[in-house]
Amino acid sequence: MKYNFRYGWWEKIYYPELIRGFYITSRHFFSNLWKWITGRKGAYTYQYPEEKRPISPNFRGKHYLVLKEDGTPKCVACYMCATNCPAQCIHIVAGEDPNRPEEKYPVEFTIDISRCIFCGYCVEACPKDAIRMTYDYHLADYTREALLYKKEKLLHWIETELDKDQPLIGR
Amino acid sequence: MLQLFNWLIKTFPSLASHQELTAFVLFIILGLLVLTFAAVVAGSLTYFERKVAARIQSRMGPIEIGLGGYIQWVADAIKLLLKEDIIPENVDKILFRLAPYFAFLGAGLTYLVLPFSEKLILADLNVGVLYFLAVSSITVIGILMAGWASYNKWSLIGGIRSAAQIVSYEIPSALAVLPVVLYAGSLSTQDVVRAQAGWAGFHWMIFQNPFIFISFFVFFISMLAENNRIPFDLPEAESELVAGYNTEYSGMRFAMFFLAEYSNVFILSAFAVTLFLGGWQPLFGLSLKIPGTAVDLWKLFSFFFKTSIMVFLVLTIRWTLPRVRIDQLMGLCWKYLVPIAFFDLFGVMFWMVL
Repeated sequence: MKYNFRYGWWEKIYYPELIRGFYITSRHFFSNLWKWITGRKGAYTYQYPEEKRPISPNFRGKHYLVLKEDGTPKCVACYMCATNCPAQCIHIVAGEDPNRPEEKYPVEFTIDISRCIFCGYCVEACPKDAIRMTYDYHLADYTREALLYKKEKLLHWIETELDKDQPLIGR
Repeated sequence: MLQLFNWLIKTFPSLASHQELTAFVLFIILGLLVLTFAAVVAGSLTYFERKVAARIQSRMGPIEIGLGGYIQWVADAIKLLLKEDIIPENVDKILFRLAPYFAFLGAGLTYLVLPFSEKLILADLNVGVLYFLAVSSITVIGILMAGWASYNKWSLIGGIRSAAQIVSYEIPSALAVLPVVLYAGSLSTQDVVRAQAGWAGFHWMIFQNPFIFISFFVFFISMLAENNRIPFDLPEAESELVAGYNTEYSGMRFAMFFLAEYSNVFILSAFAVTLFLGGWQPLFGLSLKIPGTAVDLWKLFSFFFKTSIMVFLVLTIRWTLPRVRIDQLMGLCWKYLVPIAFFDLFGVMFWMVL
């Protein structure tokens, strides 16, 4: 980018601009100090582990599999989500239940969360509303294996305190 | 100090036969007191600076460790004490070990003539102001030593820049102090402060004479430059010289440089207050109404209040202005500050004659 700014006489006498600079820094200082004295935070930063940034209500976090009333997954292993997944991180092995021959069910349902890009296409593609997303984004772990979320982990998702405390925009 | 010594001899007559020993022990105790005071002031200043910087940038600053983050500086000092003390391979080992103490000496010795209150001064030298000017430039030896001994091009450039800068800015700062000395008629810091007595600060040096008003700014700018504060922190310009003269330092030696730097900020503000802004002269002339010790405490408070306002000003300058170039720095000194300081000096002379 070409820098076209030319100093006029106002900048060249230097002192007004100097004072303007002091005014700006002092203004920030005193307004933040005043906010702090009157019990507000006076800062734009979040003290992360104690204080979380509000996220949007349609935030796309970790996935979970929805259960039917009898406790089995709603998923019918139709491979729609796996086909739609841009990151190709969903791996499903379909199986057949002899008691209910009209539907397939997932024997394995694995999401490689380290590859997932959290686009939410799996949720949109699902015809049975079997996969949804939570607000949980604290997904760090120590091994790669732990980041392969197996069916059990996705099924037995309970809303933790972490998710309940998560501030939402407009909540 | 002499009064304290005489008082000791008088109250404990058994000490009279060991005068040298008593004096020696007294010196050591007072020296340790000054060192502790300097360390606490410098440490508190680091906390203050971090807090002010955070507020200016709409951040929180240190809040985790004790008393709203205030203990942070103690934690930092302990961390630096416990760190490995690295001495690089090719350095000049004696100079390398010695340099931080010289850097601190310049700041530490100036506490000797700093009048905290009417009675609270370590030594009321009759050449106090001269002593301050002489001693405060010992810092340059430490910095140059550190730069030279480190065997590192950045350190060397930082040290050389610092030498050029401090030696140059000695001249305007000394010349800016002279009008005050002329006006007060004494080189003793206590006498300078006594000459500023009056109601509500209209008798402060800075308001007594238009020339002294100008030389206050000359003094302030050149002291900023002398103490390597931003916008004149060329010796340690991070973007150009890594960290300048203290690149190779770690652990407690680095902490000594830090201590020297922040002591210098306090000294700069304290002397600007002492020489120009009334020193310990009580704010609002309250000394007339309240008796005894309360007056002394109020004087002490006045001194520290004015000093902390000056410190805040120095910090605001740091977070407002960008660093100047080396030629701009030298140009400012030799083309503007020195002639203005001379002009002030002669102006005050004529003012006093007429």
